[in-house]
Amino acid sequence: MPITERDVEKIAELAHLELTEEEKALFTRQLASIVRYVEKLNELDTEDVPPMMHAGAEEEADYAQRDDEVLTSLGQETALANAPDKARGFFRVPRVIE
Amino acid sequence: MNIVGLTIETLHRALQAGETTVREVCERVLERIDALDGTIGAYLTVDGERALQRADALDRERREGAPLKPLTGVPIAIKDNICTRQLRTSCASRILHNYVPPYNATAVERLLDAGAVIIGKTNCDEFAMGSSNENSAFKIVRNPWNPERVPGGSSGGSAAAVAADLCVAALGSDTGGSIRQPASLCGVVGLKPTYGRVSRYGLVAFGSSLDQIGPITKTVRDAARVLRVIAGRDWHDSTSSNHEVADYEAALDGELKGIRVGVPREYFGQGLDEEVKRAVVMAIDRLADLGAEIAEISLPHTEYAIACYYIIATAEASSNLARYDGVRYGYRTARAGNLREMYRRTRDEGFGAEVKRRIMLGTYVLSAGYYDAYYLKAQKVRTLIQRDFTQAFAQCDVIAGPTSPTVAFRLGERTDDPLKMYLSDIYTITANLAAIPGISIPCGLSRDGLPIGLQLLGRRFDEATLLRVAHAYEQAYPFEHKPALEMSGS
Repeated sequence: MPITERDVEKIAELAHLELTEEEKALFTRQLASIVRYVEKLNELDTEDVPPMMHAGAEEEADYAQRDDEVLTSLGQETALANAPDKARGFFRVPRVIE
Repeated sequence: MNIVGLTIETLHRALQAGETTVREVCERVLERIDALDGTIGAYLTVDGERALQRADALDRERREGAPLKPLTGVPIAIKDNICTRQLRTSCASRILHNYVPPYNATAVERLLDAGAVIIGKTNCDEFAMGSSNENSAFKIVRNPWNPERVPGGSSGGSAAAVAADLCVAALGSDTGGSIRQPASLCGVVGLKPTYGRVSRYGLVAFGSSLDQIGPITKTVRDAARVLRVIAGRDWHDSTSSNHEVADYEAALDGELKGIRVGVPREYFGQGLDEEVKRAVVMAIDRLADLGAEIAEISLPHTEYAIACYYIIATAEASSNLARYDGVRYGYRTARAGNLREMYRRTRDEGFGAEVKRRIMLGTYVLSAGYYDAYYLKAQKVRTLIQRDFTQAFAQCDVIAGPTSPTVAFRLGERTDDPLKMYLSDIYTITANLAAIPGISIPCGLSRDGLPIGLQLLGRRFDEATLLRVAHAYEQAYPFEHKPALEMSGS
């Protein structure tokens, strides 16, 4: 499926990226060529092949579980230390509701 | 104390003999960084003051009779996408240019517990996305063997720092070859462990089902030493494995009898540089001379690996990088009237071109109407690629081939064509897709004096065999070349 500049605008919207006109044109061209390349996968019949959903082996699936213990976490001051803007213990952001 | 060629092994021998101190070694390393890194560009942050404080503390402990721990006094460089407490971790991205983590990655914590000294943070491609280190938002890295060439990527700074003796060992991360390919291009050893072998806690996520932290070192023995320190279960990472951590150094017995080395015919076809091919074929002949059995094998889905990888890796990246929104840490745009504008402008100003390209591709392959055609399809092909390896490892114990199809290429040579850049990962990305370990060791120099790497791939959690074979080769055919680097005034 060829990628158009409209597609690129839509993807940028979904990804919360603001693109310049120049970037739009460049990405349309480059993404079209990459997508054309990855469509190579359609040469393979994968009808009966299960998707690989976990990079580890099956037997490791239960690793995700541990006892439900209360542990210490970062704390408010540390969690806010890198914030670009903060006030009274909160992250501050521009107006959300107009 | 001459630090050129200094390994963990030789450093510990010198410390034990009382010929040097941790402080002296760290001072020499910092002097060398001062003299050479202006040209090479391997480091984004050098943490000299704290490194020397720690060196003094370690020397004091030693004087008070403390025994050497596995990495006591070893100056180690950490790739800048691995979190270090109170030490800037930027991922070579503008969007994290001022990020100071409140915690250490588990791998870093384990290095420190083993006595290591963190020297600084190494340059890389932005968010580990690239194969040449040219995607760093701050500066390029020059290959120590030739300043007009790339060091490889994305752990280019770590590999260059080890090659130029600007540290003794380094950590890198490998999502599609980012440890092994720069190790190959810089003439050093680079090990990507099995997925789940090393905790990813504190590794800034790129492709979560592919990412692994691993060592870049001057010898196979050093890689075995570092791996043993950083490997093992960590409750902070639910994908880290309970599988027993072996004594990898004990496996280095030089013995290759009974080892079966598989040579995939698909790894020697079109696109492989003739000189690289000759050197790698010779290295495999040498393994046979050392007693290994060589068998031709087939990995039939190799030609689909890059397409499969660039769908899965970008899909995961688009999701992982959604967190950079200018709210909790990092860069925030100065020109935002409302929240939505803030997100978009922060991300537009904060991310570089390659990162945006991958977020775009990943968003596309996951978007409604395309998910089945691209993402699900790639997940199925990933199963086929993993099956290739399962079948191959029924016939052999390790797989040998080139790490990279070419030696280090020229700066700027591939920056205009992302697809061409992606194709340079052909031999390395399959290990990430199949979740198996791989190592690159130097096996020769090209006519132009650039290093060539031999890649060995192994079974899941069988780093011991991988390291045994790599070590036996290294012992029999030591790589005795060093880049010609002049230090002014010494």
